[in-house]
Amino acid sequence: MASGILTIVEQNDGKVSRIGWEALAAAQEIGAVLNQPISALVLGKNAQAAGKAVAEAKIQQVWFAENSELLNYTPDGFSAATKQIIEKAQPQYVFAGHSYQARDYMPKLATALGRVFMSDCIGYRFEDGGVVFIRQMFQGKINADFSFTDQKSGPNFVSFQAGAVSSDKLAKGGSAAVADAGVNLSGASIRTKVLEIFEGVKGKVDLTKAEVIVSVGRGIKEKDKLPIVEELAKALGAEIAASRPVCDDGWLPMDRQIGSSGQTVAPKLYVAVGISGAIQHIVGMKGSRVVVAINKDERAPIFDLADYGVVGDLFEVVPALTAAIQEVKG
Amino acid sequence: MKIILCLKQVPLKDSQLKITADGIWVDEKNLNFEINESDHYALEAGLRLKEKHGGEVIVISMGPAARLKQAISQALAKGADRALVINHEQPILDPLLSANLLAAAIKPENPDLVLTGLQSDDLGFGQTGVVLAELLGMPHATLVMEIQSLDGRLKIKRELESGWFQYIELPSPAVLTVQSGYAPIRYATIKGIMEAKKKPLKEMNVADLGVPMRQSVKMSKMYVPVKSKQTQILQGDAKSVAKQLAEKLKNEAKVI
Ligand SMILES: Cc1cc2nc3c(=O)[nH]c(=O)nc-3n(C[C@H](O)[C@H](O)[C@H](O)COP(=O)(O)OP(=O)(O)OC[C@H]3O[C@@H](n4cnc5c(N)ncnc54)[C@H](O)[C@@H]3O)c2cc1C
Repeated sequence: MASGILTIVEQNDGKVSRIGWEALAAAQEIGAVLNQPISALVLGKNAQAAGKAVAEAKIQQVWFAENSELLNYTPDGFSAATKQIIEKAQPQYVFAGHSYQARDYMPKLATALGRVFMSDCIGYRFEDGGVVFIRQMFQGKINADFSFTDQKSGPNFVSFQAGAVSSDKLAKGGSAAVADAGVNLSGASIRTKVLEIFEGVKGKVDLTKAEVIVSVGRGIKEKDKLPIVEELAKALGAEIAASRPVCDDGWLPMDRQIGSSGQTVAPKLYVAVGISGAIQHIVGMKGSRVVVAINKDERAPIFDLADYGVVGDLFEVVPALTAAIQEVKG
Repeated sequence: MKIILCLKQVPLKDSQLKITADGIWVDEKNLNFEINESDHYALEAGLRLKEKHGGEVIVISMGPAARLKQAISQALAKGADRALVINHEQPILDPLLSANLLAAAIKPENPDLVLTGLQSDDLGFGQTGVVLAELLGMPHATLVMEIQSLDGRLKIKRELESGWFQYIELPSPAVLTVQSGYAPIRYATIKGIMEAKKKPLKEMNVADLGVPMRQSVKMSKMYVPVKSKQTQILQGDAKSVAKQLAEKLKNEAKVI
């Protein structure tokens, strides 16, 4: 019977990524309740170094795979390597953070083993001796409880959204053995060839140091309406930023995008104008000290993390706010 | 180039969603539907490839056939050549099952390329394309921002996190999941709309596909998330709200 939780811990050139620690924290918590041992797997260039860091978490075993076929990430390579380890270890669960990399190969891996992949979970509950996973639906407007119909046999593949589990919860002070997973990829056909990796915009504006940010979303409807938000930004002495659709449409340059595919910011004030608050946006701004949301839909997920909310039409509220700010600032 | 284009219909972005009494789906009675956002971009990618290299774009969609007509006609009016519809009344909440059904319908077509959106705006599993690739034995790429077809190989620009990108190459046939923002989306022309009416549409039932309707996941309950933060919602007309907010930002939060 399958048992244990294997956690795929993402790393980059020896450095464990935050989402990797978070997945481990989830594994520790779920493992404790289900009474299951936890192992971790790190793949790719300098995986051994990353593995040593991972071994400091209180877990039972760390595996690494650093084969030449894994130096550049490819879905075929990572999936073949992980599959070999899963077949050996027979875990009941396989966890990972829902990174762009995980979403690129975990569905393939799960399918190759005839299993389903429960992607992008924001939390979990325990029920009747099993685990219920919580997922967002409809871009964060609704949550739903999901479970595996066949959770006993495994492996059950699960990924957790960034921030779903706090890495502060991670129990450290462990000294797990770090071992080469002994992956053999000589027979694996790796169909993807990586040519080059590059940054989208050279010399991009750095929003990470901005103290105040006014961010505009699709609620603005057209490019010609942007000046009303720009005036608010001016009154606040703020940098202007945007959600993805605004940059996709070319209304603002791409380097003003906040979120998982844009910049991560932590200003003291973040004003979200006509932004719904999809998770990929939120991961880029949730470190802001004070969040103001202006949105006509009272159920927009952005209100869940706003300190101050205005339910209303931005075309009325924003100009009024600009005037009011000018007044209090004198 | 024979391109299969997977298209999903989802509730309009601005919909006021109401959860049904049994808690396992939204009340669809008063909802309007639209093409899933990233699928629009996948369609655009497919049409551009066809314009450059010739061939055909075949739209495939799964769901209640009557409701899907609108999305399908829109795709045909923009330039897709024909459509396959897998008729199924209930929403399928299992990404493995959805992909299995799609794969069964796609396989006989022997496509050179399968395009899907990156992720659906309703369920958000973000994996149908990748699972499809594995079921069809094809390589795949996700988060695709650019596609060049060069002698049986595809050169792809993919998005990575935090504003980084990569170029990769892979052989075709392949499955690509297209990210929103790929290229500006076209509108259908009047001529396109007229022509769409004559384009072939093949309807099939789930039962025709020979796929066991086995659920690997079960959704037991849907609910509106509980707020984690104490949000002060300011009340009043625009002017009064603005005044309150400005004062609070200055005196309470002390951020301006
Ligand atoms: C892999 C991946 C990566 C992504 N990366 C990013 C990213 O880095 N950054 C990002 O932002 N998104 C990203 N996205 C997209 C993300 O999922 C959302 O689609 C996007 O954030 C939505 O932007 P929005 O809130 O501006 O638009 P919408 O979700 O359309 O929201 C518009 C909001 O405006 C409100 N509104 C409309 N009219 C008015 C009005 N008159 N007055 C007041 N309010 C109004 C509406 O109620 C709605 O809440 C990514 C998606 C994926 C799948």
